[in-house]
Amino acid sequence: MKIHEYQAKKILAQFGVPIPRGEVATCAYEAYEIARRLGGTVVVKAQIHAGGRGKGGGVKLAAGPAEAEKTAGAMIGMTLVTHQTGPEGRKVRRVLIEEGLRIKKEFYLGIIVDRAAQCPVFMVSPAGGVDIEKVAAETPHLIFKERVDPRTGFQAFHARKLAFALGLTGDLLSPAIKIMTSLYQAFEKMDASLVEINPFLLTEENKLLALDAKVNFDDNALYRHKELAECRDFNEEDPLEIQASRNDINYIRLDGNIGCMVNGAGLAMATMDIIKMSGGNPANFLDVGGGANVEQIKNAFQILLGDRNVKAVLINIFGGIMRCDVVASGVVEAARAIGIRIPVVVRLEGTNVEKGRDILKSSGLTFTVADGMRDAAQKVVALAK
Amino acid sequence: MSILVDKNTRLAVQGITGREGTFHTQQSVAYGTKVVAGVTPGKGGTTHEGIPVYDTVAEAAEKEGANATVIFVPPPFAGDAIMEAITAGLPLIVCITEGIPTLDMVRVASMLKGSSSRLIGPNCPGIISPGRCKIGIMPGRIFKEGNVGVVSRSGTLTYEGVWQLTERGFGQSTSIGIGGDPIVGTHFIDALRLFNDDPGTDAIVMIGEIGGTAEEEAARFIRAHVKKPVVGFIAGQTAPPGRRMGHAGAIISGGKGTAAEKTAAMRECGLHVAASPADIGDTVARVMKGGAI
Repeated sequence: MKIHEYQAKKILAQFGVPIPRGEVATCAYEAYEIARRLGGTVVVKAQIHAGGRGKGGGVKLAAGPAEAEKTAGAMIGMTLVTHQTGPEGRKVRRVLIEEGLRIKKEFYLGIIVDRAAQCPVFMVSPAGGVDIEKVAAETPHLIFKERVDPRTGFQAFHARKLAFALGLTGDLLSPAIKIMTSLYQAFEKMDASLVEINPFLLTEENKLLALDAKVNFDDNALYRHKELAECRDFNEEDPLEIQASRNDINYIRLDGNIGCMVNGAGLAMATMDIIKMSGGNPANFLDVGGGANVEQIKNAFQILLGDRNVKAVLINIFGGIMRCDVVASGVVEAARAIGIRIPVVVRLEGTNVEKGRDILKSSGLTFTVADGMRDAAQKVVALAK
Repeated sequence: MSILVDKNTRLAVQGITGREGTFHTQQSVAYGTKVVAGVTPGKGGTTHEGIPVYDTVAEAAEKEGANATVIFVPPPFAGDAIMEAITAGLPLIVCITEGIPTLDMVRVASMLKGSSSRLIGPNCPGIISPGRCKIGIMPGRIFKEGNVGVVSRSGTLTYEGVWQLTERGFGQSTSIGIGGDPIVGTHFIDALRLFNDDPGTDAIVMIGEIGGTAEEEAARFIRAHVKKPVVGFIAGQTAPPGRRMGHAGAIISGGKGTAAEKTAAMRECGLHVAASPADIGDTVARVMKGGAI
């Protein structure tokens, strides 16, 4: 799960990471009031779930309340396009107004789980304020990493090593250690999948703070963090994806015209791949899950057909635990209930496949029954044209 | 021949009294797996499906000689269940549970290092040596005894690949689903090493997915150490970056972990790459008929 910058900062601040003074505004007048309270020059930052906001015009300086009001007024409601939003961009619904700070130096701090090493890794770089993936690709010697043993956790010596790598010594060493330790605690206690401070700022006044912040959470651990539910911003998600997640269906909308319903994530990806190889374009990734029943298949159909680009549907089920006759009954019932008007190609294999095919054939509905994945893909691509 | 599981495997089922545990215990018993004990804390001393139930994994191992365990415990408790099995010294632990928090698995992985246990999974279909032993949720009837080793990150895509093999007359020595999570106990390389050393395996199928770099590392390992032909396939060629494709581990992040990179690494290291998911069986057939690499 992703959250906004202002929410991430609030969480990090609770763990002791210093952040700039600021508040979030949902209209121009609020922006005026916040800027007046902060005094001096302020920064107006668009709150969307994507990076690259500065280049896209989503981060602007304002000399005082009147200018903050004007800037916020223009920003709220605009569609912001960055390299992470895709060409359709994201609508800005709120802005963060923060005090302007005098920058001496910008660093990078981040924590993720290193899959190969199977432990969290704390990464820092003196090349802050820019895309860290670019730093990793072009100047990898500027990235310093410390792996953390989960049995002992993040220790002061880890923090010292990282601080020295950033040149943070003398009076800055102690606050740097404190901030890094707080950041690690936030990562661990909140079950984050990523925490990132970029840039991590040193001001002209020699203060260290998080000028920007990003926190993503491990979806599998959200049950331990009920308080995060209020941080979820449904405006940042596709309505069909929200509907799918409410029904425990894994669905990701894509830009093609062939709807896919598959059991299992790997097979769902492979089905998308073979559609593409057969000259078509998948409209979605959809995994109905292992124990799908009639109701679940109906829900999946409704979500698929909610995408108006869909011109044909491919159902590819390899019945293991999920029996083919149950799938077939679900498909027939759903097709009747919803009144599907576009071609549906069904490929069934596995447990009780003959029964399943019989149910489809005797349903009186016109399904195209396919034999194998390639046949299914070719048939659905032809029908979608 | 086979790897890790065979006729001598004596299985305990953690979470045997739950819905999933009950169903899959019945299926495994019907397949011929020796299910010797169940574990459900608080239900020790009872029997379930005719199988004695114990409060702890240690008791199941001690009283019934269990040397493997399969875990059907809900995600919040699954990390703990794995740790209990490691502490009890079970040599093989298969965790089917999907949705375990990553940081729980980080702790489990740390505990596994230096232990005498091997973990398969989590979030996996399990392991089967056809005709001898089935541990997990895969449909037994699509498998056939034979000499092709299968290792995969996926569930139903493994069934797809295996079914293509079985239909063409190629049986399997052992098929392992290593799981779709970012942190798993057994990696491609572990399985490849075992298959390479197994006299009953003559060819290997490796089915990967987008995300991480495990397939690239496995490809380099194959080039350096594996003497048998390996057929590879990567799912997710059309997956968009930054989105989690069902499996927690299947995500292209920072431009890394794409299918194109993985496929290129496989080709470079001498694997026989199946161009599409429908070509896995035919690629194996070609390799087996053509002899060595």
